[in-house]
Order: sequence, then structure tokens, then C-alpha cells
Amino acid sequence: MKLTGAEIIWECLQKEGVDVVFGYPGGAILPTYDAMTKYPKIHHVLVRHEQGATHMADGYARASGKVGVAIATSGPGATNMVTGIATAMMDSSPIVCITGQVGSKAIGTDAFQETDVTGVTLPITKHNYLVTKPGDIARAIREAFYIASSGRPGPVLIDITKDAQQLTTEFDWEAAAPRLPGYRPSYHAPASEFARAAELINSAKRPLIFAGQGVLKSGTTAEVLKLAQTAGIPITTTLLGIGAIPASSEFNLGMMGMHGEAWVNEAIQQADLLIALGMRFDDRVTGNLKTYALNAKKIHVDIDPTEINKNVPVDVALIGDLREVLSLIQPQVKKANHDEWWATINARRGDAAVRDIQSLPDSGHLYAAHVINDLWRLTQKRDTIVVTDVGQHQMWEAQYFRHEKPRSLITSGGLGTMGFALPAAIGAKFACPEKDVWVVVGDGGFQMTSCELATAEQEGIKVNVAIINNSFLGMVRQWQEFFYDKRYAATPITGPDFVKLAEAYRLKGLRCNKRADVKSTVEKTLADKGTVVIDFVVEKEDTVFPMVPAGADLDKMIRRPKQDVMIESGSDKDWEMPSSTLPNVFVEAKAEAAALSGRGKATKPAKKPARKAAKTTRR
Amino acid sequence: MAKHTLIAYVEDVPGVLNRVASLFRRRNFNIDSLTVGRTEQPGVSRLTVVVEATEAGARIVEANLYKLVNVLRVDDLTHKPSLFRELGLVKVKVTPQTRSEVLQLTDVFRARVVDVDEASIVIEVTGTPEKIGKFELVLKPYGIIEIVRTGAVAMARGHELLSAAPPLVRTAAADHHPDTASLSMSV
Repeated sequence: MKLTGAEIIWECLQKEGVDVVFGYPGGAILPTYDAMTKYPKIHHVLVRHEQGATHMADGYARASGKVGVAIATSGPGATNMVTGIATAMMDSSPIVCITGQVGSKAIGTDAFQETDVTGVTLPITKHNYLVTKPGDIARAIREAFYIASSGRPGPVLIDITKDAQQLTTEFDWEAAAPRLPGYRPSYHAPASEFARAAELINSAKRPLIFAGQGVLKSGTTAEVLKLAQTAGIPITTTLLGIGAIPASSEFNLGMMGMHGEAWVNEAIQQADLLIALGMRFDDRVTGNLKTYALNAKKIHVDIDPTEINKNVPVDVALIGDLREVLSLIQPQVKKANHDEWWATINARRGDAAVRDIQSLPDSGHLYAAHVINDLWRLTQKRDTIVVTDVGQHQMWEAQYFRHEKPRSLITSGGLGTMGFALPAAIGAKFACPEKDVWVVVGDGGFQMTSCELATAEQEGIKVNVAIINNSFLGMVRQWQEFFYDKRYAATPITGPDFVKLAEAYRLKGLRCNKRADVKSTVEKTLADKGTVVIDFVVEKEDTVFPMVPAGADLDKMIRRPKQDVMIESGSDKDWEMPSSTLPNVFVEAKAEAAALSGRGKATKPAKKPARKAAKTTRR
Repeated sequence: MAKHTLIAYVEDVPGVLNRVASLFRRRNFNIDSLTVGRTEQPGVSRLTVVVEATEAGARIVEANLYKLVNVLRVDDLTHKPSLFRELGLVKVKVTPQTRSEVLQLTDVFRARVVDVDEASIVIEVTGTPEKIGKFELVLKPYGIIEIVRTGAVAMARGHELLSAAPPLVRTAAADHHPDTASLSMSV
């Protein structure tokens, strides 16, 4: 079959099972856009900025587990993709980026819109290709999809010259099968290592399981829980591992690290064995490496050999697919309870974010933690994906929104990309149109990619945007507060009227600045058919607690200074409390407030219906 | 920190050298020398990389090289009986008085004179990088005009094939974290 290079691109995408691509046309990619009209099965989403295209492909990939595809033209189109590609690289997200390149004869002449894109993206892609002949396109695309999705996933870029898109060649899908003699997506650890790992697990007194994003990617939630149940081991997750283990699981202690739960970080420092599954001991997780988990032996399971011993020296490394590793290790693990260890942990359980929210002053202001916790309670019964950016709102979301399902939280972890949330949410919505997609984003990050509201409007899709608006670049301000003597250099930030901005895009905009209005705002948002932007005007100088300062020991956390305990806000009386077995932070807070102010008896609120608990304090 | 010599067999495709070089920059390792050339197999090039690293660092370099899609095999020759050779050309100033001394030294180092004119000699010297370094040192007093070195190439002794196994990953904890004094590396 004789086809042009451009047609081959679409044939290959179709054969790879692609149903949606995110892109932006331009000179060097025009032949491909022209050929697109012949392939109506693939939906093209016109973005407003190429960074958005890569984030959408990323969000699509993370929500679906499939490969996301982004398309851009040469030069500025391709360089605009850099942030999105780097984001996908750091968070191991499988995306394929196709960029146009100037004609092969013009390469190296500084032609109009020419950039050495394979050179620019070399360090931030898993692999990349420069294709100058139409006959090489099919194989490059097939290899790209294979590389992006196998082993440790990651972004692959294919730069295709304009003449390669225009020229005609024989298209042979079979002949274009990947030939990658040097590519090793999988490893198999030797049996002796499994025996050593099992021995460590069976002899441990204070073991902990770390669940990272690898658990999500390999879909091994059940297997990890089984291991935890058999050997009675508590689990803690990384930021990207949130959702891998249900928040309501009795084994799940919560998130570790810089803004993780205090009792988790303390448990890590006390543990005698860490079983790290699909995580990479990021500096935001470990704090000071010299004092990190010194009492613990470490078992590291990862598919990527370069992660082993990179940050933390480990005792046993099991390199391979998590599913295979767990299936081999499970039969060797003996039953255990570790009652003493659980008692130690449980004694401090609840000492963290849950306690910190209780210390919020009752200033009449709206607090981000309230907004997010309320949002969780209101959306609990719905199938929801939350997409966050980076910063304070991201940490509050991780602390106060309880994720029960894998892939229900999408966030820029490794690179910490501002502007990620909105486009990634649009991508996630295309992957999961049946689910609610919520964007939780700061007012700073939102302004970086807010142009993608137009994309959502043009596509007629619904994403719910909750802007946590504190008129500050909050996380940076927090660092200035702690480490730069409150000199708030360049962190106060203004923005447009977000309600009017939404309306300018022909979308609905809502504003909420009282806790009492959160519920109705969320309900109005869910009832609307289109994308809704909510401007949650929150306390300006609120801080994420607990916090491990960068490079400090993991258990040396900055805690919220004790202030007036939060007094219940009036709106709570209408609240239908969820039937969750989880401790409800607000009920506990009220009980404690009552006890401290001597206005009521300190009750054990978790056992009482919420309404009653609320009444005891409102006298 | 010690010098480690790694051999990488790579697919002979455009940009592969760039990928390898970029890796060292990216992972914060210093390349001492890097040489590349064809092998007996068409389409396969062979790189010899000498890198300053701890034992654990060398393992990380090795694992990262393996991670490059175009890298076929990596061997670490550091602790294996191996041959190391480098070639250097040294252009040194001579006067009628010093010429014979320089020629004598050339002889001692089993080097060869490849060009002579009235004021200089060009000497070709092969051997281990240390030997060439030493040769440079002894010629320095005469005035070196320029010097060029190829960087080391290396080959294991014996007839046994080196294993193509994935990199060994376990290392001693002791040499893992280079002491960075009190400097904070945190961001």
C-alpha cells in the first residue's frame, strides 16, 4: 500500500489504538494535519498552547493507563512542549510526542522555525527519534509506543521532517515491528534475592511497606494488600502512590514525606524494615539522607535498575515487574501480626494533618483544608478524579481528600509543574468521560495555563475547576515565612476576576468565600453541564503543616503552632456526615473544642452520629 | 573516588555519542576520557569511557548506560585484568643542545619520532594513560609546544567473553554518599 508519510503517521496511530490526540498545527506539521481529515476515527483536540497538549496527553495516560499522544509543529511548537515532556519523564508517564521538523535538506541551516528538537529533548525523554525518510516513520512510531509503555514508562518524541511527511512510500505495518536489541524493559531478579527478601520480612519486628506509583502502574493494589495482610505490615504511600492503596484500608497509614503524616514519618524512623514498592526515595520523601531510616534494612522493588542505590543504599534489590516480584515473594512470607508495632503506631495515629486542621483559628475565613475536605465529603459517592498542580493546594489535597481508587489522583509530583492541573484534567476527562474530573489548583498555577479553558469550552467537556485562591504563591510564601524571615519577595499575586474570566470563555463561574457556601457551590457545579470555574477565596497566609524543611531529618517536623482551637462553623448543622469509618476531623475538632472551652463534655465523636456531636458544641 | 573504565557497545546510529555524553552531564559524573570507534561487527560501535566515580557511582553509571535504548552492552573493566592503551603526539621544542636528550628520553619511553624540523620534534607515544602523563612530565622542561592524546581504549585480557548480564546493583553503604561537608544540597 503506497501512502504518504503523513498518512502513515495516522495509520500507525490508529493501529496503536489511539482514539484522541492533543495538538496544535503549524508549518512543518501541516502535511500531517492535512492527512488527518482522512482519519475521522481519531479525534483531534485543538489546544491553546503546546504545553497544554503534552499535559493533556499526560493526564490522559495517567487516567487510562494507555499512551497519550501530543502533536506540535517544529521550533516554537516543539519547544513549548518541553515542560510537559519533562513532567511526564519525572513521573514516568507514557506519552508519545510527534513534532514536525523543517525539510531534511534545510536541517542545520537555521531555517524558519528550525530547532534541534531531538537535542533539546534528549535529557527529558526516555528516547527520541529524528525521522527524515517516510520509510522510517512506521517503525519509529511502533518503537515509540513500545518504549513509552513498557518497562518504566516515559515520554518518547518523534521529530519528523516535512519532506518525510509529504513523500510517498510503501506502508508495511508488519515489517515495521520494533527492532530494539539494546532495550531491556524488564529484568528478573535471581531466586536467591527473593529468599533474602523473604528472610528479612519474616524476621522483621517493625516493618513498613512503601507503596509508590509503581503499584498503580502495575495494578497490584490487591497483591500489596495481601502481602500486608499476611505479614501484618502497615502501608504508607508516596504522593504519586496515593490511591494505590484505599485510604480507608486499615493498613494504609497515609502519605509519607515532607508534608506527610507525622506518625508515618516517625514510624519510618523507627522501622526495622522498609519494603519499598515502585518508588524512588525522592528527596521530598526522605529528608536528610544521613539520618534517614537508620534502623531499617531496606528491600527495594523497582523495574528501573538505575533507581537502586541512587539515593538510599538498600540491602536487597528486586529489579523487575512488581506483579511478578510480589507473586514470587508472597508464598515465602510467613503469617505475622506485629501487634506491638501496630500499638506503637496507633498510639500516635491521628497526629498529623488531622490534628493540624483542628488548630486552625476561627477567623471566619475560608480555609483551603476545609474546602478540600468538604469537596471530598460531597463527592464521596461519585466516581471522581482529582487533578492537582503543585504547591500548597496540592499538599492539602493529598492530606484532606481521601482517595479510594487507583488513578483517582493525578498530580505533578517529580517536576512539580505549575499549570499542569487544568490541561491534565482535560486529558483525563477524555480518558474517562464517565467520571467527574475536578481540578484543584492554586491561583498562581491556574493563571499559567488558564487559556485551556477555551479548549474545554470548544470541546464541550466538563471539568470542575476549584481555584484555591489565596492571592499568594502560597508554597513559596510559606518557605519565605519559615526560611527567609517573612520577606515576601514576589509572592503576592493578583489575578483576574476568575468568575468573569470563566464567563468570558462562555463558562460558568462561581465564587465562594464562606465555609457555609462550599456545599451549595459544589452542588451547583455538579449540576451544571459544562465546565465550571470556582473561585474559592481562602485565608491568605495559611500554611501547610506538618512540614519537614528541605534537607532536615524526617521526624523533625514543623508543626502548626497551637492557637485558638477551631470552633465549629454554623454551617455544619446541615451536614450529612458520611458513613465512612474514618475519623472525621471536624467532629473530633468540635469535641476537642468543647472540651477545651469547658462548654461540653469531651465525647468520643467517631461513635456518635455527626449531628449529635455538632449539637453538643453549639449550645 | 577512583577511575573506572567502562566499555559500552552501542548501535552505530546518529546521535548516540550525544546520548552517552549527555548522560554523564545529567547524572553529574565527570568523563575523564571517551573514545569511540568501529568494531568487528557492522553497525556496532565501541566506546571506552573513563570516569571518576566511587564504586557505587560506577554501578549507577553502568545502570544508566544500560537504560539508553541504543546501548547494547556495558562492561566494567576496572577490576578485571585488562589492557589500557592511549596514543599521544607531543610536539616539543629542541635546540641543537637538547635534541639528543629528547631523543634519548623518546627511546626510554619506547616512543617514536614522527616529525623533525630545526626547532622541534613530534613524538608519537603509546601506552597507559599514566605512561603518557609521565612522558609529558619529563619533556616539560624542554618546552612542549602542543600535545594531543586520544584518551584510553581498553580490552580485557584472556579469551573468555565478558558477561552481558544486567548491572550488579548491591554495594556497600559506606561508599554511597560522598561527603559533601556541611553544604546543603537541598532545594
